[in-house]
Amino acid sequence: MSATQESSANTAAGAGKFGDWLFFNLTRLFAALTLILLAGIIVSLVVGSWESIQKFGLSFIWRQDWNPPMEEFGALIPIYGTLVTSLIALVIAVPVSFGIALFLTELSPVWLRRPLGTAIELLAAVPSIVYGMWGLMVFAPIFAEYVQPLLAGTLGRVPLLGALFAGPGLGIGLLAAGIILAIMIIPFIASVMRDVFDVTPAMLKESAYGIGSTTWEVVWNVVLPYTKVGVIGGIMLGLGRALGETMAVTFIIGNTNFLSTISLYAPGNSITSVLANEFGEATPGIYTGALIELGLILFLITLAVLVSSKLLLLRLAKHEGTKT
Amino acid sequence: MNDTSQNMMMNETVAQLEAQMAFKSLDFYYGKFHALKNVNLEIYKRHVTAFIGPSGCGKSTLLRVMNRMYDLYPEQRATGELLLDGENMLDRNVDVTVLRAKVGMVFQKPTPFPMSIYENIAFGVRLHEKMSKSLMDERVEWALRKAALWDEAKDKLGQSGMSLSGGQQQRLCIARGIAVKPEVLLLDEPTSALDPISTMRIEELIGELKEEFTIAIVTHNMQQAARISDYTAYMYLGEMIEFGVTDQIFIKPTMKATEDYITGRFG
Repeated sequence: MSATQESSANTAAGAGKFGDWLFFNLTRLFAALTLILLAGIIVSLVVGSWESIQKFGLSFIWRQDWNPPMEEFGALIPIYGTLVTSLIALVIAVPVSFGIALFLTELSPVWLRRPLGTAIELLAAVPSIVYGMWGLMVFAPIFAEYVQPLLAGTLGRVPLLGALFAGPGLGIGLLAAGIILAIMIIPFIASVMRDVFDVTPAMLKESAYGIGSTTWEVVWNVVLPYTKVGVIGGIMLGLGRALGETMAVTFIIGNTNFLSTISLYAPGNSITSVLANEFGEATPGIYTGALIELGLILFLITLAVLVSSKLLLLRLAKHEGTKT
Repeated sequence: MNDTSQNMMMNETVAQLEAQMAFKSLDFYYGKFHALKNVNLEIYKRHVTAFIGPSGCGKSTLLRVMNRMYDLYPEQRATGELLLDGENMLDRNVDVTVLRAKVGMVFQKPTPFPMSIYENIAFGVRLHEKMSKSLMDERVEWALRKAALWDEAKDKLGQSGMSLSGGQQQRLCIARGIAVKPEVLLLDEPTSALDPISTMRIEELIGELKEEFTIAIVTHNMQQAARISDYTAYMYLGEMIEFGVTDQIFIKPTMKATEDYITGRFG
């Protein structure tokens, strides 16, 4: 009797051990899978673009021509378009998101917090192609008729800065694409900022209020430094999305590979819009290779953004310890 | 000073007592909950007044009325009067940032700001006064000396305030509070998160600080109230049950309820 009990206990323990072993290896497999996928994507990007890499080398990055019939390819204009539109998006979206988060956590009446917060999150649920269509058909005409002349008449007259707002306002172009991107990434950045502002201990905020700070001083000097890791994370999330956004940008950036001015009114191209427009009609060979190399460059840009945000956080942490 | 409070401190000479703050028929509400009921009380200048009572009796709430911290929360409101140097601070026109510069607060847990030790103190001063770097250096040193933290912190003023130990952090918070040169310092269970040695240092500190500041302290620890305070107020369910000279409250309370609480029969 007791012997059978013992043996059944043993098998139960054995089954438990086996379950543990199985579970451990299963999770390890899943974790390894992500690494394998990542490596696979990098390898296939490099292999796919090998022809183009061999022919143009590093000069691919700063060559400006994009001439499929002549088999001349350079990535400068798409890279420029991607970086400039994302930069415009960040410049607009970060302060606006900060304002939204500050209002939602500190200033808004309680009854308004939930509906407003939900509305902002819903903005993130709008499909990007809808933003693209809205941008092209509704936003761009209004932008061309009212906003661009206004900007040209004000900022356009400032020396140096004026060159960015010169030329005919067509509606579509780099600036319009940047603004649409800003609208698209605001919900991401704002909701991350709101969440991290919300987890700031009430007692910490009260201590800052307690020595006579205004709301602005509390948020700017105490809440923001306290939550900087989360805030930077939110901004990077938005930036990553802006860099990779395809459909909305393709609709509104203008899709041209000629760029002769630094004016933000000019139409341009981003890496993603070139890929979306040309991949379907690209002939196999160096044309396809050049497009795949663009994808590889976008991947590297995103990687660089991630790495630099990590470095920034490390520097901030060091800075805090030694500042006088 | 009214008759009742005069009666309450028979042993003190009335002449040297000056009311820094006073509550007049103060009521306080958290939404519909009536948390403080008709509180009348005077807090005397350069003395330590301790508030004791079981949890939820309203003693912390009373402190939060004194610097209008409740203003941050729209569902909380106070009626009646809170006088600071004779002026009603509950008046809508009072600038709360000015009030809070005059009435500093230290919380249950140390709350250093995410900045250097030096900046933790300079930040508050800068909100209210403009001064040169050298004057600021002097002010920071003065505050840290007052809070008995200078010797431990003088070589690492540039380090994060978070790098200090719990007791040091709490003294940093006290230094931060007095650096603004307030008239009143509110201490809300300042030692509840500290070890006995740190607690002892803070208690000694309170004894020194009352030379210059009026202190109101909330504590769960009755021995602490007996050790450090000049006056004690016993509160229960939002009402001020008894107020008087600390020794009297602890040795010969006039109210049965106070005696029950102090002797541990209840609470």
